[in-house]
Amino acid sequence: MILDALSLQLGYNATLVTLGAMLLGMAAGVGGTFLFLRKRALVSDAISHATLPGVAIAFMIMVAFGGDGRNLIGLLTGAAISAAFGLLCVSWLSTRTRLAEDAAIGAVLSVFFGMGIVGLTVIQGMTSGQQAGLEGFLLGSTAGMLRSDALVIAVSAALTLVLVMMLRRPLTLASFDPDYAAASGQNVARTDLAMMGIVLAVTVVGIKIVGLILIVALLIIPPVTARFWTDRTDHVILISGLLGGVAAYVGASLSAALPNLPTGPIIVLTGFACFLVSLLLAPRRGVLAAVLRHRKFQRRVHLRQGLLALAQGQPIYEKLTLRLLRREGYALPDGVATQEGRGRAGRALLDETRWQLIRRDPSFEAAAAHYDGLTPIERVLTPDQITEIDSRIPAPQGVHP
Amino acid sequence: MSGAEFVPLSLTPLLIGICVAIACALPGNFLVLRRQALIGDAISHVVLPGIVVAFLITGVIAAWPMLLGAAGAAIIAVAAIEAIRRLGKIEPGAAMGVVFTTMFAGGVLLLEQSDTSSVHLDVEHALFGNLESLIWLDATGWRSLLDPQALRGLPVELARMAGAMLVVATFTFFFWRPLKISTFDEGFAQTIGMRTQPLGLALVIVSAVAAVAAFDAVGSIIVIAMFICPPAAARLMTNRLEHQVAWSVLFAALAAVFGYVAAGYGPIWLGHGSSVSAAGMIATVSGVILALAALWAPHRKRGGDAMHTGSDTTP
Repeated sequence: MILDALSLQLGYNATLVTLGAMLLGMAAGVGGTFLFLRKRALVSDAISHATLPGVAIAFMIMVAFGGDGRNLIGLLTGAAISAAFGLLCVSWLSTRTRLAEDAAIGAVLSVFFGMGIVGLTVIQGMTSGQQAGLEGFLLGSTAGMLRSDALVIAVSAALTLVLVMMLRRPLTLASFDPDYAAASGQNVARTDLAMMGIVLAVTVVGIKIVGLILIVALLIIPPVTARFWTDRTDHVILISGLLGGVAAYVGASLSAALPNLPTGPIIVLTGFACFLVSLLLAPRRGVLAAVLRHRKFQRRVHLRQGLLALAQGQPIYEKLTLRLLRREGYALPDGVATQEGRGRAGRALLDETRWQLIRRDPSFEAAAAHYDGLTPIERVLTPDQITEIDSRIPAPQGVHP
Repeated sequence: MSGAEFVPLSLTPLLIGICVAIACALPGNFLVLRRQALIGDAISHVVLPGIVVAFLITGVIAAWPMLLGAAGAAIIAVAAIEAIRRLGKIEPGAAMGVVFTTMFAGGVLLLEQSDTSSVHLDVEHALFGNLESLIWLDATGWRSLLDPQALRGLPVELARMAGAMLVVATFTFFFWRPLKISTFDEGFAQTIGMRTQPLGLALVIVSAVAAVAAFDAVGSIIVIAMFICPPAAARLMTNRLEHQVAWSVLFAALAAVFGYVAAGYGPIWLGHGSSVSAAGMIATVSGVILALAALWAPHRKRGGDAMHTGSDTTP
């Protein structure tokens, strides 16, 4: 059953929904990247909550004109208008008053959502119109979605994706380095507006599938996840779009195949699973890589300190140090240096002595800044400089290799 | 409006609304000034999985397991946000977005998977709350306020919310100076030996207490609105923290009263049959207050009065 869903064997309607969700996930992943790079991820939270009053008012207007109020395009138009108004309020509050952007976001999201709830309760009291399914906008629902609805979503998600792809260069530049973008003649304010327009479009299209509370996740989680795998902006965009698409595809398929699995939460949790894997396993920025790096560094420090102790004939009590020395063949189990160990220890001591000398000499200040107890001095100074330093080492010069 | 109708039906929801508004607005003042306004948003989303898990474990809808579950979820969320921020080197806003959407999604999923249809636990309830239903059936009129028999029938939410408000007010009163100093000048607070990190954590915990207590009674949306709107409006009214807190309490109470009245009686006055969501209306009114403040309040602009800000807000 799950395999059927993943391979799009559940009928035309389910296939359309799954593909629509995938396109939406890709658009959200790509569009969200610019939001994330611009450090304005939570603005999307205000936008998504601000869609609710629009949905409610659009429903009421459509009922007032004699419809049953369930026309998806009508509802989404209402959502877009009120979300745009909410976005306007956020930017007005955060630029024209002394309130910070986070307060503006919080105020707009709570007040608009409150108004939307008032609207929903008004609708509940209404006798005409078919209100069933309006709650689907809160948490998303694909069950009972009409074929035409699925088509609307798939087409608008595809259009949004194309729009993002067309605008990706100016958007990348503006989110990566707004000052440079402005200096090179780009209208950053207009690019920002375009970015917000894309986020708005993704949000409005997505609320039927993911729900207005969880659409934020589709805009935030994929870019954050993608950031773990690469340092290049264009790769972040690509990976993020891919992850968003995969999460939405898998989530929508699972939800179509299994009863009682609401689409929105499943998509979000799939995305989070990708995030968790990346957080732990990503090659350079992941937790596992960081732990390994730390352990490697720790071993190098222990080995170095152990060699210095050997060179100075001090006993080694630290167990890890002793084990490392033994494994490298520098010491016997009782802590006595081997032939090779004595040579290594001598070199370590010489290196340390040279470092001590240049760190005391102000004329080597720049080189001395590289001292971390591990870097060999040959990497910082030229052979001539080292010869010069060596001439200052007083005889007897300790253990020689 | 006769007492016989007002006291049993409207007095307790109104009082609970006022308690919620004030309990959230007080810590909200500091959160807004510290640019942590969205913590209220995050907390109110993450308590859902906590409440659902508490229900799944105990099998009953009871106050204490739910409060504990919600508090546990809030703590997990704070820890997770901090862990993701540090381990992944991700900016706080994005880390918060990842955590609260995921936890909310988990809560919804658990709700749908478990059989909670027999009890009053669903997502709409968690979001909207049900302030209107917290009525005092044993009351017959104003005289019931002195009748111990009737008083025993008061909704427990009233006592719980009043308690939460008291906790928040006590915290604000006793930690006033440290809170004020560390909010405006964390560096200075640290140099005079103040432990600002535990204090910041305590502020978040107190906010969570207010949010969790309110969540059960009135839903999450009003909590977010009260954390932000009254303090933000108050911030535009004055440059002194003392005055700001006083204004925020006033605005919160006004929003609760007008919102409740507008929700309960407004539709009837307009000739509409049924009442609308009180929590939603209270949030809406708080937004109206903020909008008025943003348009006409004396200190709405930034910059210009920076000199005053400097001299007036130092302790």
